[in-house]
Amino acid sequence: MADSGVITDGEGDVDLSRRKFLTAATVATGAIGAVFVATPFVASWRPSERARAMGAPTELDVSKLEPGQMTIVNWRKQPIYVVRRTPEMVKGLPSHDGALKDPKSESSDQPEYAKNEMRAVKADFLVLVGTCTHLGCLPKARFDAGNTAPELGADWPGGFFCPCHGSKFDLAGRVFNGSPASVNLRVPPYSFADERTLVIGVDANEKGVA
Amino acid sequence: MVKVVQVGTAPPTPPKPTGFRGWLNKRLPVDEFVDTQLTGYYAPKNFNIWYYFGSLALLVLVMQLVTGIFLTMFYKVGEATAFDSVEYIMREVEWGWLIRYLHSTGASAFFIVVYLHMFRGMLYGSYKAPRELLWLFGMAVYLALMAEAFLGYVLPWGNMSFWGAQVIVNLFSTIPAIGPGLVEWIRGDYGIADATLNRFFALHVVAVPLALLLLVMLHLVALRQNGSSNPDGIEIKDKVGPDGKPLDGIPFHPYYTIKDVVGVGVFFVLFSIIVFFVPTFGGLFLEAPNFEPANPLSTPEHIAPVWYFTPYYAILRAVPDQKIGALLMFLSVAVFLFLPWLDRSPVKSMRYRGWMSRLALGIFAVTFLVLMYLGLQPAEGLYVLLARIFTILYFAFFLLMPFYTRFEKTKPVPERVTYHAHA
Amino acid sequence: MRMLKPALLIALLAVSGGAFAAGGHGGEGAPWSNWHAANSTTSTPSLQRGAANFAGYCQGCHSLKYMRYSRMAEDLGIPADQLDKLLLPAGHKATDYIMSTMPPADAEAWFGKAPPDLSLMVRARGADYVYQFLKGFYLDPAKPTGVDNVRLAGTAMPHVLSELEGVKHIVFKASEHHEGSAAPAEKVFDRFELVSPGHLKPEEYDEFVRDTVNFLDYVSEPAQNKRRALGVWVVLFLLVFTWFAWLLKKEYWKEVH
Repeated sequence: MADSGVITDGEGDVDLSRRKFLTAATVATGAIGAVFVATPFVASWRPSERARAMGAPTELDVSKLEPGQMTIVNWRKQPIYVVRRTPEMVKGLPSHDGALKDPKSESSDQPEYAKNEMRAVKADFLVLVGTCTHLGCLPKARFDAGNTAPELGADWPGGFFCPCHGSKFDLAGRVFNGSPASVNLRVPPYSFADERTLVIGVDANEKGVA
Repeated sequence: MVKVVQVGTAPPTPPKPTGFRGWLNKRLPVDEFVDTQLTGYYAPKNFNIWYYFGSLALLVLVMQLVTGIFLTMFYKVGEATAFDSVEYIMREVEWGWLIRYLHSTGASAFFIVVYLHMFRGMLYGSYKAPRELLWLFGMAVYLALMAEAFLGYVLPWGNMSFWGAQVIVNLFSTIPAIGPGLVEWIRGDYGIADATLNRFFALHVVAVPLALLLLVMLHLVALRQNGSSNPDGIEIKDKVGPDGKPLDGIPFHPYYTIKDVVGVGVFFVLFSIIVFFVPTFGGLFLEAPNFEPANPLSTPEHIAPVWYFTPYYAILRAVPDQKIGALLMFLSVAVFLFLPWLDRSPVKSMRYRGWMSRLALGIFAVTFLVLMYLGLQPAEGLYVLLARIFTILYFAFFLLMPFYTRFEKTKPVPERVTYHAHA
Repeated sequence: MRMLKPALLIALLAVSGGAFAAGGHGGEGAPWSNWHAANSTTSTPSLQRGAANFAGYCQGCHSLKYMRYSRMAEDLGIPADQLDKLLLPAGHKATDYIMSTMPPADAEAWFGKAPPDLSLMVRARGADYVYQFLKGFYLDPAKPTGVDNVRLAGTAMPHVLSELEGVKHIVFKASEHHEGSAAPAEKVFDRFELVSPGHLKPEEYDEFVRDTVNFLDYVSEPAQNKRRALGVWVVLFLLVFTWFAWLLKKEYWKEVH
């Protein structure tokens, strides 16, 4: 009969290894359990069904859009620029590749079907996320080629100018050299349901919600 | 200087840790905390099943805080939005239904655990000197918990939320002179309204949780001051070994840390069965009328508080006079505060008390449960008579205690704790 | 004394056990309050039929304002094109909430009371309530709608399902008149009698109602099937964890004497 409540016999390795194993088993199971418990809480921050529903595709009737005109619509809380480009605007696109940081859109974010020089499904419609890739302001439309405003520099081919820090983009949303922004404007997933209906949020090559 | 080494004193202090641990310990008493509160804190070795509920209460508190914080991220307070926002959580927030059920089941689990924890105190005389303040802090935690549960229940703004708030807030009108004015002040309006909901939200989410945390900390500090009592009710510090540690004590870590983990596991098994299979628990944990929005023009058929309040509700209704009923209900909670002084027994634990104490406690336990059941029933017929009888029994337990505890014949208390080695 | 905790648990479970019992089929002969929905949300075909029933017969007046078409389609396995064709009203998107077309103001004017939203009806009143209500209409010429309902006397709802169920007549038991009492004889429900049949046979109508109740049960808590399925794994996992912890505890407590 020992005096104290605990006997520390130092009984030998058999007990110690069993103890180590059981401790490891308990701790491991507990750790896995902790991850399982954390998952619902972390996941609850993801956009809820309501956010996803409100982020559902936006449809736009583009037949009303005049050549040279731009309209802005909302999709998933982002401003989406839809520009009806004139044939001259489209023709002028390859002319200034040397002034662009990424003329082939290698490092920018756009769907496969927009990874071309027009950065679009159809040449006459440009669809961009109207958020400057520098720090997020809304670039302003400066479509007129030859505009001599000082901030646009010489030989302005037409495009977008961001007033916050002076980034410049062309009529396909590609960023010019000398801009604080380093990446072309993003192109969202979009497709044409028919001749006049632009659907932003639905990929051109599948029917599901992007 | 001659260095004198004394024989038979405390072992030499271990060398100071170096590296990061050394850096940390110079700035924060981490090792000291572990040495004094965990591996160096000796608790009685004869804790039985009744001793799980303290740590479980702490577990449930943490769970309620975490799930509550997450609910607050999605809940929209306001009489026009609250009910809808709860359905939004249940249906549209990912895993929202689970977070909600954890919180609603947790509220009931909290009371189950706390009642069993309090019952342990009554079984083993844990509230007796020198632990009276520990008991009082515990009672303060219980009162804060009741307030927190009541406030929380109003937030979903279901029909029972509304009418429950109406009835309980109206109780304050029974206070002489200041009653009616007080009620209007609590409500912030002429009836339970948006103003009431908003302030209850602030109290439930911020004020009372802070109070609860403070009171729980005080409760734990008071516990630490004298150490835990035990089922035999003897003070283990009275018999120490040559190392200065109680002979009947064992280090809290690792013995009780691992034992409490087992308790946590068992608790979670039972808790999960409820959360995943019967979250409404037959209408006891989530009441059916609360799935209808608050309607000031339509009272639910039976207004009853949630089960954990119903013993006191039964006492309230047992008395035909509203003012006296309210007073008696208030006293039925307050009387617990006097337990350390009502109890005159020379002996702490029920194990060594006379038959009168044991019978009285047994009757009290049954009384509490019967009153709980009666509080859930409509106040008619036989139920009224039974509520009156059991209200008398309830108070008799406390009021007669100074007598039956003093004059009964007790058994001799052992020198050392009774302990049978666990398998 | 040490039996108290398990006894408490058993007592709690027993009290609530009665509330869980789904009950068996009441059968047409039993008094209506014993008719049990005996419902479940595990049969997807039943839920789909219930959804179609709701769209066809209930949605004219009642909304399900917390349920989206898209969520319902996902949970019930309804393909998008069938959703569009059969359940989605014109001009609505799949992500819209399921709303009735009847303006609430008009409803109140026509019926005296706006038809309640049914999203939570099964949780608030119980599946049995809805089941008995849908089967409880009978002729009563004294009422403005020409019918009354055993489950909700004085209901403002007309018997929209009469074309399916047929029209019923209520028969009371002949009851004793109390000696010397001026109170009228108590009317005790005996049975319903079918006055004119509907398109469905009684068993078919019963299935119609059960499907609709199952669907409303699902709408009351769409996550319930997932909840129960997940619960099995959670409890199993926790049992394994507790077992390891218990073995570890025993190992350490060998040292305590």
